[in-house]
Amino acid sequence: MTSFRLNGHDISVDVPDDTPLLWVIRDEIGLTGTKFGCGIGMCGACTVHVGGRATRSCITPVSAVQGAEITTIEGLDPAGNHPVQEAWKDLQVPQCGYCQSGQIMQAASLLHDYPQPTDEDIDAVMGGSLCRCMTYIRIRDAIKKAAAATRGEPSNG
Amino acid sequence: MIGRTAILRLAAGAVGLGAVAGAGFLAYALHPAIAPIAPPAATSFPAESVERGRVLAAGGYCAECHTRRDGQPGIPLAGDYAMATPFGTIYSSNITPDAQTGIGRWSLEAFTRAMRYGVSRDGANLFPAFPFDHFTHMTDGDIADVYAYLMAQKPVHSVKRENTLPFPFSMRILQAGWKLMFLHPGAYQNDPAHDAQWNRGAYLAEGLSHCSACHTPRNAMGAEKASAPYDGAPVDNWIAPPLNATNPTPVTWTEDEFFQYLRYGVAPLHGSAAGPMSPVVHGGLSEMPEADVHAIAHYLANIDHADARQPGDARHLTAAMATSTRDLTTPQTADPDARLYQAACSACHANTGVRPVLGRPELALNNALWLSEPTNLYQVILRGIGTEEGQPGITMPSFYHALTDADLARLAAYLRRTRTTLPPWTDLEKKAAAVRATLPAPPVAASH
Repeated sequence: MTSFRLNGHDISVDVPDDTPLLWVIRDEIGLTGTKFGCGIGMCGACTVHVGGRATRSCITPVSAVQGAEITTIEGLDPAGNHPVQEAWKDLQVPQCGYCQSGQIMQAASLLHDYPQPTDEDIDAVMGGSLCRCMTYIRIRDAIKKAAAATRGEPSNG
Repeated sequence: MIGRTAILRLAAGAVGLGAVAGAGFLAYALHPAIAPIAPPAATSFPAESVERGRVLAAGGYCAECHTRRDGQPGIPLAGDYAMATPFGTIYSSNITPDAQTGIGRWSLEAFTRAMRYGVSRDGANLFPAFPFDHFTHMTDGDIADVYAYLMAQKPVHSVKRENTLPFPFSMRILQAGWKLMFLHPGAYQNDPAHDAQWNRGAYLAEGLSHCSACHTPRNAMGAEKASAPYDGAPVDNWIAPPLNATNPTPVTWTEDEFFQYLRYGVAPLHGSAAGPMSPVVHGGLSEMPEADVHAIAHYLANIDHADARQPGDARHLTAAMATSTRDLTTPQTADPDARLYQAACSACHANTGVRPVLGRPELALNNALWLSEPTNLYQVILRGIGTEEGQPGITMPSFYHALTDADLARLAAYLRRTRTTLPPWTDLEKKAAAVRATLPAPPVAASH
């Protein structure tokens, strides 16, 4: 039995200790916003926050998150209005959309560490989040727009 | 943490016997039994003594080696922890106050003798897998408090498995030879050349918390090398890093770095307490009074000559941080090893500032990249780090199924080449396979 909090709710799951956290989130809890991409922690589609840190859930065994505070894309903002999500919508970042929840979770984490990220910051931290539709230019713009919104500046996007 | 040395010490016992054979040795080696007592009631011990003993037992990690971990996990302190050695396995004893299978019939005198001289109540020599060579330095009062705590616990009837040591290693009398050579019994004596905090730290580090049991290499007889205190040593398929001035990390382990690490599990300029070190912090030192952890940090910083080394830290920190985003920024690198690092690691490890962000461990500063072998790097990549280890609340995934041994070797070579100034590691793929072979398989991340 592993217990943790997910999006503010207490969760206990009775699954083998080596079950990937992603499977628990999608199949046991039924939140499917977090995506399965490569399954080996190399693409970023499965990114959630564990203790506020962006974490690849597909290779994190559920036993490793005992007692943790976990946030998925569904819990990032109660109304889906996190500054990163707002910027994503404003700039129509997603194309096929499959990687976007992972991108958004990684970007939110980036802004926590580097509230006003430079291109170098964005490259360094977002480089592990792949987008096969190549929306990288809009992802970069949206991150900067979200950062600007957070510091209260208007932005033309 | 202790198991690796047990057999070496046993062998040493045999040598020691040869060296000092004779009637005098027998007189030294044989100890009378101490009469059993009626198990005292838990309530017969003052609550303050029991509480002090609880803290001391945490700071000495009693439960780490006296609780079964393999198979069906055991009840804390009920023993049967398997200490695997190449020659056989030693199972730890039950130190709950059960009259038949534990220490319920041990008097304080018997318990004190075990802690100070490594002798069981019945007179048998204990194997020095039990670090009595450190506990001997505790005060009578502290030993009495640990005794009170243990005797106030719920008795657990639990028979440990039989040691699988072949003859003659199984002969306990041989341990007397080892003791003659390597045990320096007696409570710690303050060093007047140092202040009270230093002496408190030395008392804890050398006695109760037995730091050097893992961090000092051992001689051919399995005893800590007096000539190389805190030089670092292999332990349970990890490396316990050097705690003296030979520690290779670019930034000094200062008193504050030690304190942050030992108190909270993460040193901002070094990394977090993983592997065998995690329970030392989270199950042990975190229970101690903050002043005691400060004292240990003060003592260790003195051992590693932090004051003399610190002036170079700012320069070394700047140099290390400058490597953090190497190959990660536009234009994209064509180096396949760098791209593997970018895919698997950099989202969590890249730092662009002048200091690492907390929760974003900077590999260029980390012991794992600067040690003589990639052992700890491989351990952490393969195992990951749970939320109850290292920096509490956050986790590192397990790349056990994500990366092949060849991938691990590429990452290790790349990081060593680009994030340190040290010569390359050798035989990297072989060593990756060797570390992997020591681990149970964690999660299978097969596709849906």
